[in-house]
Amino acid sequence: MVILSPRRPFGVPVYADCVSPDIFAEKSVKEISALKLWEGNKQRLLSDLFDIRDEDVNKPEEVTIQLQGDLRKVRMIGAKMSMGKITVEGDVGMHLGAMMKGGEILVKGNVDSWLGCMMEGGRIEVTGSAADYVGAPHRGSTDGMKNGTIAIHGNAGNEVGCYMRGGLIRVDENVGEFAGIHMRDGTILVQGDCEARAGAGMTDGKVIICGYVPSVLPTFTIDDIRPSVKIDGEKVPGPFYRFTGDIAENGKGKLFVSKNKNSQLGFYERYL
Amino acid sequence: MSLLIKNGFVYDPLNGVKGEKMDIAIEKGKVTDEASKKKAKIIDASGMVVMPGGVDIHTHIAGAEVNAGRLLRPEDHIGDVEPKTTVTRSGVGHSIPSTFTTGYRYARMGYTMICNPSMPPLEARHTHEELEDTPIVDKATFPLLGDWWFALEYLRDGMVKECAAHVAWMILATKGYAIKIVNPGGVEAWGFGRNVRDLDDPVPNFGITPREIVRGLCKVNQILKMPHTIHVHTNRLGQPGNYLTAIETMRSVKDLARGDEPVVHITHCQFSAFKGDDWRTMRSGAEEIAKYVNHHSHVTLDMGQVVFADTTTMTADGPWQYTLYELSGNKWINHDVETETGAGIVPFRYRRKSYVHATMWSIGLELALLVKDPWKIYLTTDHPNGGPFTTYPKIISWLVSRKAREKMLKRINRKARKRSLLPSIDREYSLEEIATVTRAGQAKALGLRNKGHLGVGSDGDVAVYDIDPRKTDLSKDYRIVRRAFEKTAYTIKGGQIVTRGDAVVKPVAGRTFWTDLAVSSCLGTDPCPEVMQDLRKRFREYWTVEFENYFIPERFLKASAPIAVKPEM
Repeated sequence: MVILSPRRPFGVPVYADCVSPDIFAEKSVKEISALKLWEGNKQRLLSDLFDIRDEDVNKPEEVTIQLQGDLRKVRMIGAKMSMGKITVEGDVGMHLGAMMKGGEILVKGNVDSWLGCMMEGGRIEVTGSAADYVGAPHRGSTDGMKNGTIAIHGNAGNEVGCYMRGGLIRVDENVGEFAGIHMRDGTILVQGDCEARAGAGMTDGKVIICGYVPSVLPTFTIDDIRPSVKIDGEKVPGPFYRFTGDIAENGKGKLFVSKNKNSQLGFYERYL
Repeated sequence: MSLLIKNGFVYDPLNGVKGEKMDIAIEKGKVTDEASKKKAKIIDASGMVVMPGGVDIHTHIAGAEVNAGRLLRPEDHIGDVEPKTTVTRSGVGHSIPSTFTTGYRYARMGYTMICNPSMPPLEARHTHEELEDTPIVDKATFPLLGDWWFALEYLRDGMVKECAAHVAWMILATKGYAIKIVNPGGVEAWGFGRNVRDLDDPVPNFGITPREIVRGLCKVNQILKMPHTIHVHTNRLGQPGNYLTAIETMRSVKDLARGDEPVVHITHCQFSAFKGDDWRTMRSGAEEIAKYVNHHSHVTLDMGQVVFADTTTMTADGPWQYTLYELSGNKWINHDVETETGAGIVPFRYRRKSYVHATMWSIGLELALLVKDPWKIYLTTDHPNGGPFTTYPKIISWLVSRKAREKMLKRINRKARKRSLLPSIDREYSLEEIATVTRAGQAKALGLRNKGHLGVGSDGDVAVYDIDPRKTDLSKDYRIVRRAFEKTAYTIKGGQIVTRGDAVVKPVAGRTFWTDLAVSSCLGTDPCPEVMQDLRKRFREYWTVEFENYFIPERFLKASAPIAVKPEM
């Protein structure tokens, strides 16, 4: 296990895309120390910015990187990783696990925006909250999260699962606006409440909201009421109103909204 | 500083040099007979190919349209980053690279002169500012005049001379180089949500047909004695069955030709060479177009080759861009430029497995191979519409090697492969023909006397490619060809070494060419009172820009290179 902790607080963003089990594999501490990364517009060595300790010899398949301390300015940790494990104790910056293909990231703290950006596989678990654009692609791109799982035990911000094409995002508490915007496939499960406009522009996939929703977009039509929804073989108890949309995009995505928590949506039952 | 490029195999088709071992001497930025031997810096080009600097007749590299494309596509930037060095600036972008990056990448491929073919006259200032920021290469830009209200009105009323006076003023005002016509009449009709169906379909509200516009502007071009012909993007571009429109457009100006001089350049011809009634029955019309071009000398073409890649399409042809948007469902930009023209931008991915895209790929190569005379067709991708200009080496490898084409054929859509004419074509380009389609022919078509060749007095622009024509079988070793054309061993611009392999060593500034019409008292800087009065009145009525602010003075260009022309008025 390699343990990294910042030597000082960072004032400007640090692009730590070299902090990944794929790159650390079969490298000695000396080699790891010599990895290059950018702090603002200055190129530095990993050992300039982080204190590096090696507690145990790594085998390629089970490389574990542990990060500790204030990492709020550190971006792109675990970018493109395909194996191994990263654990983070503390808050961490943007683009954590960007384009990751496999392996596991565990965060004991909060994460900034673009968690699991364009993710293709693997698993990310966050005990705290995540900011906006969970699983979303880079600006302008339409290649969202393809596969893998993101589990957030706290809240998440706006546009969770933007342009999502597959995989699963679970949020145990509340999410912001536009959950599942432009979604093409995959599943988003929100145990808490959701702000407005869930599923805007979605063409396929599932968004399940177990808490309160202020309203459902007028471009969604109600199908029926379901007692429960199945995700990954697990049953989420309902009952749920099931909507289809976004019709403005000729979509056939499914939006499930809890019936018990949303008495204001009762008028939809007239259309059944 | 003088330079002596020694022992290279020189390909200079304009001067009839076909791979002979020669020395090229450059002094004070010009090719000379003999450099002052003592001081000359010697470049050893033994075992290498020496060609004049490349010329690109059609590439969208600057202006409001390109810039809007850059804004539209941040995802195009993130994967293609050019870091700064001690002499160059950083930049980003794959299909629409930033200005500096564009200059560096062209120079690395041995290009030293590029033409930005569509500039809305209103955006001329912006375009020139961007061109100025495109280092190393020389530039020229063509204002869009085919849908300009006043040109349409004059031509409708048969007032060709008055139209010529206005066009001359516009060329001078925008510091343009040639007359560009995009979907004549159609772009204007698009302002009303319509398009023109063919050459004889009148433009709404104007009552003029595209045929009259093309013919009228062709006459104007002759009156003004412009160095380049009219540069035409045909009607119905990108619609199945449009090869007939393309041929009809060429035919419409046939009688205006004098002698063997070309009078019309049909640009990105691949997009205008579709047969069939709809996308399912779409086929290649390359054979018919090539047949026409082979039998007539008043036409030149450029390929507009499609490369299977993610790119950004952008043209002034609004209705065509709308069709692309409908096909792809991508984000898009649609723009109307006041009384002058319009524009559209759509990101697009050409896929090997798509029947239509694969057929388009095949059409471009068929055109290049079936047109017998390489002086009549030039290598372009209509950057970035068919693919970024950085894919030229790939296209060169397809042109020189049947094997390379067959390898790609195996990977494309099966139906497209079955219908492609490529398996029946054995022709393979020689290096001399490559030099023609990438530099000499283009320079000739543009009327640039000092570009595209290495005769005494020409500009000291040279590309030295690391490929030995004695040892390399182009057809078999097409990979070597591709790699050689991806980056030169040396690119020399104006007698200075600007790139060496991957490295840009001296990013000199390039010049901007424009046509300086030596106008009589009736034109230009001091035009006749009627023309001037008319223009002022129209500016007040229609434009958002004041007449006084519209004209770009020569001092606005940092490196102005006027080409003096005396019109026959």
